Amino acid sequence: MSELDLIQTLSHEEIQAIEIEIAHLPDRASAAIDALLIVQEHRGWVSDESLDAIARLLEMSPADLDSIATFYNLIYRKPVGRHVIMVCDSVSCYVMGCDKLCRQMEDKLGVKMGQTTPDDRFTLLPIVCLGACDRAPVMQIDEELIGPVAGDQLDQVLGRFE
Amino acid sequence: MDKPLTERIDACGGLVDMAAFEAAEGYATARRAVTEMTPQEIQEIVKEANLRGRGGAGFPTGVKWGFVPKDEHAGAGHKYLVCNADEMEPGTFKDRYLMEYDPHMLIEGMIIGAFAIQADKAYVFLRGEYHESYRLLNNAIAEAKAKGYLGEGIFGSSFDLELAVHRSAGRYICGEETALLNALEGKRAQPRTKPPFPPASGAWGRPTIVNNVETLCNVPAILQNGAEWFQDLGLGEDAGTKIYGVSGRVNNPGLWELPMGTTIREIIEQHAGGMQDGYELRGILPGGASTEFLIEEHFDLPMEYGTIQAAGSRMGTGTMILMDDSICPVDMSRNLQHFFAQESCGFCTPCREGLPWLEQLLLDIEEGRGQPGDLELLETNASLIGAPGNTFCLHATGAIEPLASALKYFREDFEAHIRDGRCPQAGH
Ligand SMILES: Cc1cc2nc3c(=O)[nH]c(=O)nc-3n(C[C@H](O)[C@H](O)[C@H](O)COP(=O)(O)O)c2cc1C
Ligand code: SF4
Ligand code: FES
Repeated sequence: MSELDLIQTLSHEEIQAIEIEIAHLPDRASAAIDALLIVQEHRGWVSDESLDAIARLLEMSPADLDSIATFYNLIYRKPVGRHVIMVCDSVSCYVMGCDKLCRQMEDKLGVKMGQTTPDDRFTLLPIVCLGACDRAPVMQIDEELIGPVAGDQLDQVLGRFE
Repeated sequence: MDKPLTERIDACGGLVDMAAFEAAEGYATARRAVTEMTPQEIQEIVKEANLRGRGGAGFPTGVKWGFVPKDEHAGAGHKYLVCNADEMEPGTFKDRYLMEYDPHMLIEGMIIGAFAIQADKAYVFLRGEYHESYRLLNNAIAEAKAKGYLGEGIFGSSFDLELAVHRSAGRYICGEETALLNALEGKRAQPRTKPPFPPASGAWGRPTIVNNVETLCNVPAILQNGAEWFQDLGLGEDAGTKIYGVSGRVNNPGLWELPMGTTIREIIEQHAGGMQDGYELRGILPGGASTEFLIEEHFDLPMEYGTIQAAGSRMGTGTMILMDDSICPVDMSRNLQHFFAQESCGFCTPCREGLPWLEQLLLDIEEGRGQPGDLELLETNASLIGAPGNTFCLHATGAIEPLASALKYFREDFEAHIRDGRCPQAGH
């Protein structure tokens, strides 16, 4: 990939944000996770093309970077919907009925956990404890924490996310 | 009652901003520490105060700081202070609270901690889902920098300190301190061999201290009021206050800063408002998902490190999860093993292969496919996987703690599933 391709694949803004992270760190490869998160914030997910470009920017091999990207559960290597819904399935939420909430969400959206609705509006994912166990059962849509979630509020809640 | 961690939050009725923090003498202690005290003096006070790590293991903080080499030649390189704000232990929600309501308290604690070990770089290792914490911490850091409390020559001294937030990309194992260091370095979060321990060789091979959010938040008040004051806050053998929490079917789930050593019953009955109507309490996980169950006979015990350990469990994070009588202990054990199996980093075989296997066996028993001998099989494998030293890190040990204790205290529930070929509570 030439310098020009790199610029075309990653935006000026993305490259700048990644360089700011690198400045806090002793070497470029240490910014791998920050860089993946930054690109994902701009594009929703990390494509093979983005991965190659990030690897080049960080002066590491794409294979190494992919082994990192696939280790972490908040890095998406497949496209996701416009909104990502994470339903907590850890123990406090389990005690407060998250299994039922997960089924209700699957029925409502017509997809299984891990899938995206056909209109690309929502991706439904399970997540571990969101650190809001006093509000169980809890879910997070994009950056918003919602809980306790009652089954009869789902339409209203989802309606806020076009 | 003194509440050094939360009194400012209570007084503000919400977020403590820079103005409110400084009006309540915030940063005055850090200024005094950096300009008037020696690192050695600070370490001594924290040691004497008997501050123990609030991240789960309860290691004495001052002692840990003392492991950082002092006699390095000038220019040997960076030293690091890392705040563990990964908070992924299921049932734990205290660090989020501290960061989202009083971010400057954490920064002040980190300034003092960094100065005490002479670290010139500090990071908050923050779990990725904590978006609000990320925004608030970054704002607070920028404000502190603008006032000269962070950056070059802080408080007009010759001490430099850079502080940055590292957002994690998920995985429970990132909270294990050596896995955390790999994640901080941008690598896969696999635990490292110990020794060397991080104070000798940590981030990028340099001396590093990893401390929990709540631990560091305690430091300014200790310096301000003295070691004796801190010791006197505790009711029993442990010092200070603790952010205790309750989740489950209680009337008032939440967090409270209480004297260290408050009893389990007082926390549940008085602060969490007791069980909701129609629910009976059967057992608790006292300090997060990776601690052993305790039952009724233990509820008058004080929540302090030694006592809870003597009762066969761990105080862990001090945030307890309640199991009521509508919950099947077999199915709850399955839920817990699902978490630990999924979050195994995959590096060593007993954990990577064994935990999913236990989860499957628990599912079989729950759904009525259990066989005679399955409980013995569970026990044998639990003891093989859970014994410290049989796996590379303590993740697998933590996974087995709730299971082994469920087998002990709720054995009849397990037996009934196998005998009757069904869950007695199925349909609930
Ligand atoms: C699997 C595993 C997960 C952990 N997760 C956390 C965590 O999320 N937050 C935390 O502060 N400590 C966690 N710890 C404990 C840390 O390894 C370490 O002991 C702690 O951060 C030290 O800080 P302290 O001495 O201030 O408690 C975890 C340990 C293990 C084995
Ligand atoms: S015990 Fe589990 S989490 Fe720890 S190193 Fe082994 S596989 Fe990884
Ligand atoms: S267990 Fe669901 S938020 Fe903690």
